[in-house]
Amino acid sequence: MKILTLVRQVPDAEARIKINGQSVDLEGTTLVIDGMDEYGVEEALRLREGGANVEEIVALAVGPKKVEDALRTALAMGVDRAIHVETNERYDAVALSRIVAQVAGAEGSDLILLGGQEADWDSQALGAASAERLGWPQLTWTNELSADGDTLTGRHDVDDGNEGFKVALPAVVTAQQGLNEPRYPTLPNIMKAKKKELRKDEPSTYSVQPSVKYVNAEIQTRARLNKMIDGKDPQAAAEQLLDLLRNEAKVLA
Amino acid sequence: MILIVAEHAGGKLGKATLEMVTAAREAGREGPITLLVLGQDVAAVATEAAAVADQVLVGDLPALAQYNPEVWAAAVAQIAREGEANTVLIGGSRSGREYAPRVAVKLDAPYLEDATKLSVNGNALQAQRYTYLARVTETVEAEGPVIVVTVKPGSFAPAAPASAAGEQYDIELDLPTPRTEITGKSVEKTSRVALTEADVIVTGGRGVGSPENFAQYVEGLADNIGAGVGATRAVVDAGWRPYAEQVGQTGKTVQPKAYIALGVSGAVQHLSGMGKSKNIIAINKDAEAPIFKVADYGIVGDVNQIVPALIAASKK
Repeated sequence: MKILTLVRQVPDAEARIKINGQSVDLEGTTLVIDGMDEYGVEEALRLREGGANVEEIVALAVGPKKVEDALRTALAMGVDRAIHVETNERYDAVALSRIVAQVAGAEGSDLILLGGQEADWDSQALGAASAERLGWPQLTWTNELSADGDTLTGRHDVDDGNEGFKVALPAVVTAQQGLNEPRYPTLPNIMKAKKKELRKDEPSTYSVQPSVKYVNAEIQTRARLNKMIDGKDPQAAAEQLLDLLRNEAKVLA
Repeated sequence: MILIVAEHAGGKLGKATLEMVTAAREAGREGPITLLVLGQDVAAVATEAAAVADQVLVGDLPALAQYNPEVWAAAVAQIAREGEANTVLIGGSRSGREYAPRVAVKLDAPYLEDATKLSVNGNALQAQRYTYLARVTETVEAEGPVIVVTVKPGSFAPAAPASAAGEQYDIELDLPTPRTEITGKSVEKTSRVALTEADVIVTGGRGVGSPENFAQYVEGLADNIGAGVGATRAVVDAGWRPYAEQVGQTGKTVQPKAYIALGVSGAVQHLSGMGKSKNIIAINKDAEAPIFKVADYGIVGDVNQIVPALIAASKK
């Protein structure tokens, strides 16, 4: 099988987010490969190492020049080559899925792996939209995966619990915490990755227009009371807290 | 028409459905508010739905007994097309956010995901949504003959019944055969209120100390005050609690009236799942824990001493 892994680059979770004008400004922010996508990359490598017939693993990223770094991380983890559609345009997930579907078609991919939710958009749409464009089934929030020939089996989370599944390729699988523990690229592999192919594609090749307009962004601030209760006397602290919850916040009966 | 896909479980209409009705009323798009009820043996749900909608479309079929994203997307897209819907509202549950993008692609429609506010701006529909681990509120808008929206649970007040019950209509659906075989299911059974529906949540972090302490203090307090139980990722990773209880970026997003965090440090990923709670209460012995920055009420102290006192006092 040929696996396509999607990689996004997002601010490090601890990084401070700034707004400039009407949008988020990532200048000077520490950017990393999206942790959930990393589970996807790792899973592709594990399928191959686990004996599945994996012909090739390709990583795809769409975004500005610096996204190269995320692709280099994926290459250093072990993917075979990378494709970078370099653009400063901000595509929403439904628009971006057009590029994913075209690349998957051109590459003859039969499994797409990506994160269950992107940490920049807080979106879960890219996997599903890509699956629909390709006419493929999808398994989201997967926490166990194995391949036997062209059949995938595994488990994934659903609204009210967890389901075992079995599906024939091609398919889209979204990854999450618990699926695996992503490896750290070793220095030799980082060196090797520099020699791997990182193809640059023009966005015009894919003729895609954003379908959503970004109007404004604001840092979330919610005024909190920050009322501190002295905890030295547990009994008194507990009673004071209960009193506040009952009579001030009115959240307890 | 404005098409809302009803969420329901156990033969009852979910709170998310009533919230979507409010969202639809507030959004101000034209046309009758139409609830689409999909499932098997959903007559009772349809009757409940009729109380809040102008009309109810009922797809009551064995093929809909089990949710599948491809089947749901096909059904919703078909009805949206036939009814010439200008807006399709879907609940921001795990399943809703799973099939809604497929509906958008099928309808060649823009998709506004996980909206917390909706309004009309000329021909466009404008939505607010959280991004960057819920640290940023973005305003996005889209135009088109039809727009697909998922609505974030807990963002809108549940709708009160309309003055007259809407008419119910049975619909015919042309459904694909699911390609995914479900080989087994484990349903998370809890006697407690579901996290996403709970008004009060008590969550434990590593600071609670041990699985035994978690049961005694976190569950103990939750049961005493009728709350749901949550856990941090660290606690779930350590195997103390099931993943179903995890709150945060990789777990559930919650917005209760009160979120009581016991021994929770307050990592960004956790805050992204609970930071919109109306009241945040934190008890932690580390005075520097980031959770105190977002807390309305905080106690610096040992959970093992304060919570037993809290449990005892809340019994009175």
